Amino acid sequence: MTGRNAYQDDRGNKDRSITNPDGAGETPLRDGGPAVAAPGGGPFLIGEAMTGGYGRSGPDILHDCTIAVDRGEIAVIVGPNGAGKSTAMKAVFGMLDLRQGHVRLDGEDISALTPQARVAKGMGFVPQNHNIFTSMTVEENLEMGAFIREDDISGTMEQVYDLFPILREKRKQAAGELSGGQRQQVAVGRALMTEPKVLMLDEPTAGVSPIVMDELFDRIIEVSRTGIPILMVEQNARQALEIADKGYVLVQGRNAYSGTGKELLADPEVRKSFLGG
Amino acid sequence: MDLLNAFVALSNFVLVPAIAYGSQLALGALGVTMIYGILRFSNFAHGDTMAFGTMATILITWWFQGMGLHLGVLPTALLALPFGIAACMVLLLFTDRAVYRFYRAQKAKPVILVIVSIGVMFVLNGLVRFIIGPGDQRFADGARFIISARDFKEATGLDEGLAIKSTQGITVITAVIVVAALFWFLNRTRTGKSMRAYSDNEDLALLSGINPDRVVMVTWLIVAGLATIAGVLYGLDKSFKPFTYFQLLLPIFASAIVGGLGSPLGAIAGGFVIAFSEVFITYAWKKVLGYLLPENLEPSGLVQLLSTDYKFAVSFVILLIVLLFRPTGLFRGKAV
Repeated sequence: MTGRNAYQDDRGNKDRSITNPDGAGETPLRDGGPAVAAPGGGPFLIGEAMTGGYGRSGPDILHDCTIAVDRGEIAVIVGPNGAGKSTAMKAVFGMLDLRQGHVRLDGEDISALTPQARVAKGMGFVPQNHNIFTSMTVEENLEMGAFIREDDISGTMEQVYDLFPILREKRKQAAGELSGGQRQQVAVGRALMTEPKVLMLDEPTAGVSPIVMDELFDRIIEVSRTGIPILMVEQNARQALEIADKGYVLVQGRNAYSGTGKELLADPEVRKSFLGG
Repeated sequence: MDLLNAFVALSNFVLVPAIAYGSQLALGALGVTMIYGILRFSNFAHGDTMAFGTMATILITWWFQGMGLHLGVLPTALLALPFGIAACMVLLLFTDRAVYRFYRAQKAKPVILVIVSIGVMFVLNGLVRFIIGPGDQRFADGARFIISARDFKEATGLDEGLAIKSTQGITVITAVIVVAALFWFLNRTRTGKSMRAYSDNEDLALLSGINPDRVVMVTWLIVAGLATIAGVLYGLDKSFKPFTYFQLLLPIFASAIVGGLGSPLGAIAGGFVIAFSEVFITYAWKKVLGYLLPENLEPSGLVQLLSTDYKFAVSFVILLIVLLFRPTGLFRGKAV
C-alpha cells in the first residue's frame, strides 16, 4: 500500500507490559468545521454522492454512493460482504474522510463536522463491533450514552428500561458479562440515551440467535414507532427488507438497486443475486 | 523467647518503613497505571516527572522558609505542595501539547509513544539537574517523630523502641486521602466515568460525545498531582536526589505490573507487595530472630538475605515471577 504511515508500524508493539492496544480508537482525529445551512428540501438525513476510503491515501471504497432516510422511516442497506455497507454508515457519521459528496441533516450540510459534533446535532450510532463499554455496568453505559446531555436523564433511562426490561434487571452488572443479545440491547439503549433525532445501526443482529434476532427486530420497529428515523445495515437481507420503508442494495461501494423494501423483495434481479432466489 | 520485643523490633525496622515506602510506590504506580490505561503506553518519564514536581515543591518550600512561613509541627513542604503540583501540571500539559499530541494525531502505535516518553525522560532528567543540581537535598522540617524510640521505651518498659517518624505518618495519611479521592472521582463523577469509558473503548467514547482532548488533559492533571505527591512524600521521608527518582521507575513499574496494569486497585496492592518484599529481603533479621529463637539457636550472622545495594534485584525477580506465572497481575489488569 502506498503512503504507509510509519507511526503505525506495529513492530515491537506486542509487549503488553509497556503498550496497551486495548480499546484504542481507529477514528482519525481531525479538526471539524462548522455546519452550513443547505438549501431546503430533501430527506431528513442524506449522504449524497459519497466517495471516499480510509486514511488520507487509502483507496476509495465508496463510489458516488447515496443513502438517505426520512422522518418516520426505516431505511435498510443490504448487499454482499465487502460491498461497503458499514463504510457507508461510517461515512455518514464522519468517521472517514469523504473526498466527494455531502452529508446533510435536517437542512444543514454537516459534512465538515467531527463525529462527536454530529452526536451533539442529534445523530445516534451503534457500531457493529465493540459497541458497549465492557468494563462498565449497564447503567454506566447508559449514562455515558447521555454524556452530552446536561438535563435530567432519569426519564430517558426509564424509557430505555421499559423498552429493554432485561437491562433493568442487570443494571448493576458489568456489560461485558452479558449475552450477545443483551449486549446489543445495551448498545442500542446507549445510543437512545441522547434522545437522537436519527438512529443508525450497523448490523444490530450480527452474531445473535434467530429468536433473539426476531426480538431485536421487534424492538427496532418499536423505536421507529416513537418517530425516530432509523438507518441500518443488515446481513439478513430478507427479514430487514420486510420491515424497511426504503432499501438500498450496495455492490462494490456503488448503489446497485434502491426502492421500497417491498419493491426490492419483488425485484427478480435482487432476489436472484442477494436473497437466494 | 520474647514475642513482644520481637514484634516491636519488627515493626520498627520492617513494618513501619515498608508501609510508608509502599504508600509512596502505590501513589507512583497509580500514575503509571492511569497513563497506561487511558493514554495506552508505559510512561518512562514518570520518575522524572516526580523529580520535577518535587523540585518545584522544594524550591517553593525554601522560599517559604526564607520568608519565615511555617506549619508548626508539620513540614513546610505540605504548604508548598499545591504550588509544586501546579508547576508539574503546567509542565505535563506543555509536554503533551509539544510532544505527545503530535503522535496522538498520527494515531501512533503505543510502542512509539513509549520511545517518545523515554525522550521526554532524558529532557526532564537534564532540566531537573540543571535547575536544582544532581546532589542530595533535604527539605523536611517540623517535628521529626510522632513517637521516638526513647519515649516508647520509657512508656512501655520494653527493651526495644518503636520510632514512627512524622514523615511516615504524613505519608500514610496523605496516601489514604489521595487514593480515596481518586477512587471517588473515577467511580462517581461524570468526568471520572468518561475517563474509564475512554480507556475501555475510545471510538465508542467518541460516539457518545466524550471529548478525547479533555479526557487526555484531565489524565495529565491527575498524573501530575499523583506524581508530585508521591515524589514529595518520598523526599520528605528519605531525601531528594534526581538520580534516586529516576531509579524509582523500576519498583514503580514493578508495582503497577504486579498489581495488574490498568487496574488502580492493583497498583496499590502491587506497591505494598514490592515494598514489603524489598524491606523483608534486605533486612538483617539477627535481632528479631534473637528474640524469637531459643538462646542456643541464636544466629551468629546478620541473617540478611540480600545486601541493600541489591534491593532493585528484588523488584526485578518479583516482576519476572509475576510475568511468568500470572501475567495479568494480581488484580487481572490488562493481559500482559
